[in-house]
Amino acid sequence: MVRFENVGLRYGMGPEVLKDINFSIEPRSFQYLTGPSGAGKTTLMRLILMALKPTRGLVNLFGQDVSRLDAPTLTAFRRRMGVVFQDFRLLDHLTVYENVALPLRVLGKEEASYRAEVVELLRWVGLGERMHAVPAVLSGGEKQRAAIARALIGRPELLLADEPTGNVDPGLGRRLLRLFMELQQLGTAVIIATHDLNLMDIYDAPRLVLADGHLHVDA
Amino acid sequence: MPETAEYEPEPAREKPLPVNLRRDQPLVPVDTVAGRALMAVIAILTFLAALSAGAAVLAARASEQWRGAVSDEMTIQIRPDSHRGIEEDVARAVAMAQALDGIESVRAVPKAESDKLLEPWLGTGLDLVELPVPRLIVLKLRPGATPDIARFGPALRKEVPTAILDDHRLWVRRLSAMASTIIFSGFVVVLLVLTAAALAVAFATRGAMAGSRESVEVLHFVGADDDFIAREFQSRFIRLGLRGGAAGGVAAIVAIAFLGFLASFWSTAPEAEQLQALFGAFEIGWAGYAAVLLVAIVVAAIAGLVSRITVRHYLKMLA
Ligand SMILES: Nc1ncnc2c1ncn2[C@@H]1O[C@H](COP(=O)(O)OP(=O)(O)OP(=O)(O)O)[C@@H](O)[C@H]1O
Ligand SMILES: [Mg+2]
Repeated sequence: MVRFENVGLRYGMGPEVLKDINFSIEPRSFQYLTGPSGAGKTTLMRLILMALKPTRGLVNLFGQDVSRLDAPTLTAFRRRMGVVFQDFRLLDHLTVYENVALPLRVLGKEEASYRAEVVELLRWVGLGERMHAVPAVLSGGEKQRAAIARALIGRPELLLADEPTGNVDPGLGRRLLRLFMELQQLGTAVIIATHDLNLMDIYDAPRLVLADGHLHVDA
Repeated sequence: MPETAEYEPEPAREKPLPVNLRRDQPLVPVDTVAGRALMAVIAILTFLAALSAGAAVLAARASEQWRGAVSDEMTIQIRPDSHRGIEEDVARAVAMAQALDGIESVRAVPKAESDKLLEPWLGTGLDLVELPVPRLIVLKLRPGATPDIARFGPALRKEVPTAILDDHRLWVRRLSAMASTIIFSGFVVVLLVLTAAALAVAFATRGAMAGSRESVEVLHFVGADDDFIAREFQSRFIRLGLRGGAAGGVAAIVAIAFLGFLASFWSTAPEAEQLQALFGAFEIGWAGYAAVLLVAIVVAAIAGLVSRITVRHYLKMLA
């Protein structure tokens, strides 16, 4: 589903942030992506999202080399992925409900056809009372849950979550982790970037560890 | 943060769904200040374009009226000559004119009447009987008839050397040229204004895109294609264009109607005839109002189209 071969990346003229990265993600798998701050976790996710082009090496997504994708395929691939950004990236002028419904709205779906689904998911992540609020008035944890709900609503085949539990209390963190595991059971491949060791101890899964630009897998 | 109780999964069907969740917000943030400024610019440009379109229609209608009024008439002028009897010359010219094919009526303007025409220049109280004043004969043409002027002119001169035939053709030509110039200028002004509107919209769109770069990126990540994003921007600018165009168009119609009212108000004054002669009844008619409306619609369409092209260009650049 995702395969990296000898991928290297540098920002501009800077040093290589990622060097000789080799790994692959299987469908319906669950793994953590970990490493110290600044190790390149977010950068790696941006590579998978096709928001960055590798400086060298090969990125293969859903069986295709991403260096020669046309625009419609790129859009189609992004629709098969859900992403929780470390900085949430909610649209400030939209309500929580509108933000979460966004992946369905951009598909051109009628609002009535997804309203119940969105409301249910919002209640599930504990935002049932806050769905009319705009992101500016939300707490960090509420924004995080809104961002997670937005990533899940389209039932993606691949979920990328960048520090999804960074702003919530341990109880909610565990609950969100359960949510991701449930998602994996339903058939989604999940990658969770985190440096929260406690979280990784709750549920044991392979760890992709980034250090000094290199990646190794702790099974 | 809401109370911890909310963390537990809720039975989803318990509460009824809120009816109106979506506020129908555009997906790209609306910068109201820039939006309003652009709308004002579009309104002003539409106003100017609509006025010049109205002026062009006015000129076209007026020139039609002139041509209609002037070209179904010819005049013969008899100059006074101390060696000839002017009344006899008039009578002979009238007789010849009556014999001409395609003439409906011939009327020699009586001396008293032509004297009256001179009054504004010479004042009353002057006895014009003594003055050598030329006499006019008005020939009304049968509609659609084309009398053989090329033959009649020289024949008339031979019989009555003091006669000058004026078929107004020079006049008509000059008036037509003038009217065409006005119409053409109006057209050029409309084109220029539309271009300015297009440029204004292009710049505004660029500004809006640059301002919502973050949103555009997020939209891409959640699976929006360029078409979708372009539509979002386009619909917003079409709305701005429609509102600005409507405001400008309505203002132009009000201005034209007001000028028409002023013109009809003046028509009770002595200058009215001259004004009427120049502008017709100062009525642009349905064609004029349709032209104004068309301009407003075209402005709105241009706003939508240009914003779409600009957005697509910008999105290509991002990719
Ligand atoms: N846009 C950018 N331009 C230049 N350098 C960048 C850019 N984004 C990230 N970097 C650099 O790349 C390195 C990896 O950054 P990245 O955000 O991927 O780390 P991370 O593992 O996600 O860290 P954290 O755990 O703090 O989120 C850092 O040294 C960072 O300074
Ligand atoms: Mg990061």
